[in-house]
Amino acid sequence: MKIKLIDIAHGRSGDKGDAANVGIIAYDNNGFEIIQKYLTAEKVKRHFTGICFGEVERYELPNLKALNFILHNTLGGGGTVSLKLDAQGKTLAAALLRMEIEVS
Amino acid sequence: MKDKIRIASGQGFWGDLIEAPIYQVTKGEIDYLVMDYLAEVTMSILQKQKNKNPELGYAKDIPELMKRILPICKEKNIKIITNGGGVNPISCGKAVLKIAELLGIKGLKIGIVLGDDIREEIDEILTSGSELKNMETGESIVTVKDKLLSANVYFGAFPIVEALQNGADVVITGRTTDTGLTLAPMIYEFGWKSNEYDLLSAGTIAGHILECGAQSTGGNFLGDWESIPNFAEIGFPICEAFPNGEFIITKHESLGGKVTVETVSEQLLYEIGNPQEYITPDCVADFTSIKLKQSGENRVRIFGITGKPETEFYKVSCSYADGFSASGSLTYSWPKALTKAKVADQILRKRLELLNLSFDEIRSEFVGYNSCHGPLARELDEDLINEIQLRVSVRSYDYYSVERFGKEIAPLILTGPPSVTGFAGGRPKPNEVVAYWPALLPKKLVEPKVEMLEI
Repeated sequence: MKIKLIDIAHGRSGDKGDAANVGIIAYDNNGFEIIQKYLTAEKVKRHFTGICFGEVERYELPNLKALNFILHNTLGGGGTVSLKLDAQGKTLAAALLRMEIEVS
Repeated sequence: MKDKIRIASGQGFWGDLIEAPIYQVTKGEIDYLVMDYLAEVTMSILQKQKNKNPELGYAKDIPELMKRILPICKEKNIKIITNGGGVNPISCGKAVLKIAELLGIKGLKIGIVLGDDIREEIDEILTSGSELKNMETGESIVTVKDKLLSANVYFGAFPIVEALQNGADVVITGRTTDTGLTLAPMIYEFGWKSNEYDLLSAGTIAGHILECGAQSTGGNFLGDWESIPNFAEIGFPICEAFPNGEFIITKHESLGGKVTVETVSEQLLYEIGNPQEYITPDCVADFTSIKLKQSGENRVRIFGITGKPETEFYKVSCSYADGFSASGSLTYSWPKALTKAKVADQILRKRLELLNLSFDEIRSEFVGYNSCHGPLARELDEDLINEIQLRVSVRSYDYYSVERFGKEIAPLILTGPPSVTGFAGGRPKPNEVVAYWPALLPKKLVEPKVEMLEI
């Protein structure tokens, strides 16, 4: 069964130098079980092909029903060096919510 | 000791809603107004202003704002804490004193936190053994020393506490952590000790929730954002803090926005790294310990927070000049808007090539199609696209190349694809690129100082 991430989670993203942080929060415990199991660092890295050029770190915050991803080498140099319209990665949480997860 | 204090956020960055702090001090009861003005880029801008005029270098909005809120704060005994002193907190304090004098306010004490600006002390620091290595690349600061625009240590809450203990009604700092602005009044009012790490972590996390203004009360909320009432008069967050480290995030009832576990959770995840190690000069807070509970309408209770001792280092943020950039745009309309924009981009790139200009990067984005989500953007039937804005940006160490790029945008209107518009505001001018140099400095090498001004 395919689940759209946007149907079970929300989130927020921002910048940390040239890395972006993408926090994904499940709406309920069931949703958190799904993202905890299926939303791996590898899947996120693959999803951001052509956007994230570095490692993806993944952290769990079960207390917030959330995962935090750090996408290294993503913001075109970061800060005021970046030429990107979205130099701070503000829209990357929404970009991750485009993902569909195959749940067995 | 008070059994509760109310700390209100008045600004999330320099450029935030000007009316927000006015609402915070007039629409309900608060004890403290905290305002964060400093982003990394702000320090270099302020330093440039100070280089031109030694009386400047602080958030210029502050005196204007003080004119409106000082009489109210004085009457209601609301203390104001801000890092808007930038690279010149003393001049900022004097400007506020002048306002107080004009308003006929007497008995006002302003605490100034100094000592964060280490630009003049880099050589001394280098000789004492710290290389201020770049935290990301490991390089010594010597490589950019001659291009430095600003260098500031992030102080924590304790210098602000000292100013409050000296009786300050207003505290103005330079580079202080955003979280320290909120933690300081809790330490001061509740007598928390510098080794009570769970309490300090609780206050730090409260600070993290307040530091971006309305981002915790419904602003930029990616959940059910359409359910957020009255964005126009959005209420900024208020922290009701208790001596045991528990606190409630809320807002003034009559204002817009919404405080829910969801809106607060989004802010908790904003710009964090490893959630178990949120490092500040005061403590290392553990975001995985935070418990949240909706305790009423627009009230979220936060408890259970734990933390660890602080590290032996201050974080230092340096900025340095790193070349030039410019950005220009044109808008193409249906039919074939995207194709036109892509062809125009190719024409522009060919012309830049023929001119033998030198760029480190040329970036083209198609606003209305994929400028935000890049390769993740959905393919569209081009006939459904009404218009596309072509945005081209360049970066180079060669000023001339960037300047010349700016002269190549407008000509596309008469020498490229049709139905193009939106070239206004003249040729894009080269901007100086400011790059950052994050480093660590042993705490023993720098000492915060507190000065008091009084009228």
